Amino acid sequence: MAFTTMVGARIRRREDPRLITGRATYVDDVRQVGTVYAAFVRSPYGHAKLTGIDSSALKDDPHVIAVYTGEDLHHAHGLKSSLPVAHKMADLKTPPHYILALDEVRFVGEPIAVVVADSPYTARDAAENIVVEYDELPAVIDMEKAAAGPPFVHESLGTNVAYTFPFAAGDVGKAFAEADVTIKQRIVNQRVAPVPIEPRSMVANYDAGMQQLTIYSATQIPHLLRTQLAVVLGLPENKIRAIAPEVGGGFGAKLNVYAEEALICWLAMQLERPVKYIETRSECFQAMIHGRDQIDDLEIAAKNDGTITGLKLKIHANMGAYHQLLTPVIPTLTVLMAHGCYKFENIEAEVVGVFTNTMSTDAYRGAGRPEATFFVERAIDMVAQRLKLDPVEVRRRNFISASAFPHTTATGLTYDSGNYETTMDKALAAIDYAGLRKQQEELRKQGRYLGIGVSTYVEVCGMGPSAAMPAAGWDSATIRVEPTGSITVMTGVSPHGQGEETTFAQIVADELGVPIDQVTVVHGDTDKVQYGVGTFGSRGTAVGGAALKLAIETIQAKAVKIAAHQWEANPDDLEYRDGKITVKGDPSKSMTTAEAGFLAFMGDKLPPGLEPGLDATRRFEPPNFVFPFGTHVCVVEVDAQTGEVKVVRYLAVDDCGRLLNPMIVEGQVHGGIAQGLAQALFEEVVYDERGQLLTGTLMDYAIPHAEQVPSYELDHTVTPTTVNPLGVKGVGEAGTIGSTPAIANAVIDALAPFGVVHIDMPLRPEKLWAAMQAKPTNGSVR
Amino acid sequence: MQIDLTVNGKRTSLDVEPRLLLAHALRDYLNLTGTHIGCDTSSCGACTVLLDGVSVKSCTVFAVQASGHEVTTIEGIGNADSLHPMQEAFWSAHGLQCGYCTTGMIVSAVDLLRRNPDPSDDEIRAGLEGNLCRCTGYENIVKAVRAAGKAMRDGEPRHSVADLMPIHPPVEEPPPSGEAIIPEQLQEAKA
Amino acid sequence: MIPASFDYVRAGSVDEAIRLLEEHGDEAKLLAGGHSLIPMMKLRLAAPSVLIDIAEIPQLAGIDVSGGRVTIGALTKHAALAASDELKKNAPALWDAANDLGDPQVRNRGTIGGASAHGDPSADYPAVLQALDATFTLAGKGGTRELTSGHFFRGMFDTALGPDEVLTRIAFDAAPNSAYAKFHHPASHYAVVGVAVVLKMDGGTIGSARVAVTGVGDAAFRAGAVESALKGVNPTDAAAVTAACASAARGVTGRSDTFASAAYRAAMADVFTARAVAKAATKR
Repeated sequence: MAFTTMVGARIRRREDPRLITGRATYVDDVRQVGTVYAAFVRSPYGHAKLTGIDSSALKDDPHVIAVYTGEDLHHAHGLKSSLPVAHKMADLKTPPHYILALDEVRFVGEPIAVVVADSPYTARDAAENIVVEYDELPAVIDMEKAAAGPPFVHESLGTNVAYTFPFAAGDVGKAFAEADVTIKQRIVNQRVAPVPIEPRSMVANYDAGMQQLTIYSATQIPHLLRTQLAVVLGLPENKIRAIAPEVGGGFGAKLNVYAEEALICWLAMQLERPVKYIETRSECFQAMIHGRDQIDDLEIAAKNDGTITGLKLKIHANMGAYHQLLTPVIPTLTVLMAHGCYKFENIEAEVVGVFTNTMSTDAYRGAGRPEATFFVERAIDMVAQRLKLDPVEVRRRNFISASAFPHTTATGLTYDSGNYETTMDKALAAIDYAGLRKQQEELRKQGRYLGIGVSTYVEVCGMGPSAAMPAAGWDSATIRVEPTGSITVMTGVSPHGQGEETTFAQIVADELGVPIDQVTVVHGDTDKVQYGVGTFGSRGTAVGGAALKLAIETIQAKAVKIAAHQWEANPDDLEYRDGKITVKGDPSKSMTTAEAGFLAFMGDKLPPGLEPGLDATRRFEPPNFVFPFGTHVCVVEVDAQTGEVKVVRYLAVDDCGRLLNPMIVEGQVHGGIAQGLAQALFEEVVYDERGQLLTGTLMDYAIPHAEQVPSYELDHTVTPTTVNPLGVKGVGEAGTIGSTPAIANAVIDALAPFGVVHIDMPLRPEKLWAAMQAKPTNGSVR
Repeated sequence: MQIDLTVNGKRTSLDVEPRLLLAHALRDYLNLTGTHIGCDTSSCGACTVLLDGVSVKSCTVFAVQASGHEVTTIEGIGNADSLHPMQEAFWSAHGLQCGYCTTGMIVSAVDLLRRNPDPSDDEIRAGLEGNLCRCTGYENIVKAVRAAGKAMRDGEPRHSVADLMPIHPPVEEPPPSGEAIIPEQLQEAKA
Repeated sequence: MIPASFDYVRAGSVDEAIRLLEEHGDEAKLLAGGHSLIPMMKLRLAAPSVLIDIAEIPQLAGIDVSGGRVTIGALTKHAALAASDELKKNAPALWDAANDLGDPQVRNRGTIGGASAHGDPSADYPAVLQALDATFTLAGKGGTRELTSGHFFRGMFDTALGPDEVLTRIAFDAAPNSAYAKFHHPASHYAVVGVAVVLKMDGGTIGSARVAVTGVGDAAFRAGAVESALKGVNPTDAAAVTAACASAARGVTGRSDTFASAAYRAAMADVFTARAVAKAATKR
């Protein structure tokens, strides 16, 4: 029987036994003798001068081991490094971003001083006993005010504008001049917090004898972290080991290099003891990156038949007070995807990146693309509403047709493959769209407000060609066939819930013909794994999996040579078939990978010139991004008395190319939908005008509970890609990108009888209730 | 001060500060690190354990309060040799991704079935109101609790991890054993 | 996340608790389920130097219904109230609130006495216990005293419980026609608006009503105008109920937060009052 049963199968995840029994090791579970604990003093002000830091109360505290301020690091210890930002922008303003604030604090939660003590409890006590004096400065929170002039977040820059990024394609002027209708709308994509359930966690240790630094961190990018720590700390990179053990969710927020990570390493070197820091949830809300936060001013030109002919965009993008690793890059992705899955040819856009006295924004699940999909999908619905057309028909009219792939967009991307109308039709049929519209009309007559929202998205992922990335875009895999036949895979990606220990083993099991329990997938340790870029941008399988496939091919080619020599045959006459080496056309003779591996280990029966051993390291440089797509349909009912939204149905038809393990794919989509839904309905990070964070705990900031989300109905289509040898497209962000506009469109559709054109997220009951105080028009507006 | 706890059936005596949270006592004194901490406002439920058989958030109980009482953590709910049906169901239904909330979620779900052995999906969702998950969108968690409820009502036996490991594709001959340095069939291949 | 240090002592009896309170003065706090106090201590918003644990005092927990009077021990856990069929029959408003409060783990640990003594302006019980016209028994050095709910709840985080008193029980007349309707804050589970209604039916119409609202102002309050307006209303007449429940929060200065403005809270007070009236009139 053939070894072709693993890929495509819904097998249980191999990482789960340790997770369900409480035997997994997250960073806080790492135990090292002699560990001491850090606690931070953080700014309670949005903007202030530091006029004094008094830690004298700690002088005789026997629990306290060390206290450092920004001044100490900068002057006494010469640690003047700024934290890294990866970008390729010529005119980007990059103000210094020190590990601890020097002279001035610029957002609530900015670290000012660190204290190290003998327990987490005594460390917290000590931090409470450090007295900091501040001279509060005017803060700037509003992006437009910030862009217009003082006060400045960084006085030395003389501006709050970090960069501008203009873009133009086609003839926008002509499109607007010849339009039948034009629509102007401001769409705010609010600031949200990623909230992985495991907050930022790190423990560093320094072996002074070996001059070896080891950091365990809850990170998505152990190798990039190591590289950046080498730069920030001025250490040889080969003297740093970064380990991402079990990581409790990332969503982009752990795709970063944080001040705390650098400082914990430095402290471990100073003190020659393991130093641990586990942030609290309150600190996490203050000082872990936030996502989104754009004001998108949109102008749309359209013809009476619903064809959209032109798009003008002005994007104000909030950087926060400093750049984190990818802060300025994220909004540029919004422009790249400003045409969604439509053939918009005339686009004019400008991004204005603005500093404010808030925590930095950066990559959050979707990272720049959800913002684009949101305004594009809202635009389609607004055009439909204005022209009294069905929003589904407007989509149909503007889709890039299935025969047009590969398709080069106005923004210069080449969409690999797609079939947008097919996923939409499948979704509409499954949910009985026509029936829903009838039901909606009936209910409106009864004063009940059902809304139907459709979103047809395409996303750019599988990040990405190195030329188009702020840093390397490739990834790596090593396969080692061990002498006794088990197979070790070292992958450069660093999963934290995505299940690659299972899916990668499925691929290897099929292709190299070994039982899956003989395959072990190793990741997240720079001393074990060759350099890899990490897990983000829906790239784990599309790039890391592709590298694995290349490594399999190298192993197979060598194994074939070994078998050919053994059989005195021509390698060209042999092939891998069902996971084994056979003679073409003669399946009676075969050799397993394990057998070839053993011969390679023994070394004495190898063809001349062939090195012993059966292992391979390969890197995959993606020639292009991949572009998964799909249609999400959401049905909501809005309570006319309260404005509360009930999601009645949620259906998604996604196309992420080939599915390696449908169970894992569905899980990614479920979680993505919930996160996108949460942005649409619940979540918003709110600062007041002085920069106080008003949503600083899980008592104020609403991430959804089980009863606040619906059950999801999923289906898929399969349109493979030729960008990578697996034909996969990535699915980590799809749910988040597709769902937010589907829900917003549904809610706004429900409120159409009240003349509502747009309401900004989150679609809190109060906003909807206020909109529903208008007198409704009876029946459908269509 | 001295406290006496029975944790996962084993009596233990600890000398603790009164302010020590039960979650930290379990993690840092008893090395039961399956109990996770995800917030500071008693919101997320990652730290859920059973105290005298009912679910509590161990970050909102001082260890001294638990003195004289029985605590069951995820480690006591089941292990690789004998999975609790709830653990098995979370595995089979893909009710977890990053795993961080999972242990608390499983403990809460065990308590939910104690109160209501045959809950509807809505009752499951309401019963897990005290636990936050950011990965799964809850769909497969609900599925898992439903399946575990059925298994428990049907009196299904407990399984080990080994019983449930991913099913191998059928093979014509046994795979090379990992035990021998030079397995027999490889010797033959070499010959 | 980490509270400041304190001394811990367990009281074996109410008398011992009172003696310990006297001994330690203002610095001491009673600890029952701890679900109001411990979260505040973890964020260092409260830092008592002594905690007197009363959770193990016998006979302070339990639900007793006799002679049309419901008596609840102060240490009775929310979960016990939520699971009580007796309570569902005799005071469905409190049963509703106990089921709607927090989450299962919080209900398994928190007590009615602790939650009441905390006086949180968004808590459920202050509204329910005012609508039920509950009597609070406070034990002190000189014996016990009884206060009505109107006197017990004084304001934001403020009750009449003295510094060396222990709340021992809460009692009220059975109110089979009562209900609590709550608009949950999506994050905290606290009441954005919560309305408790106790009806005395006079045939098919409302003979008299007690209505109390939480979440809107600095403390739960009685909606006197609504109570009067409900007299004689047929609770199945939705339009009449809505009319009677208009301006339930009249005269109250509402609070605003990132989730709901004062104006919206006031409007929702009307909606949830009407819902609670309809629910209270329904046999359960």
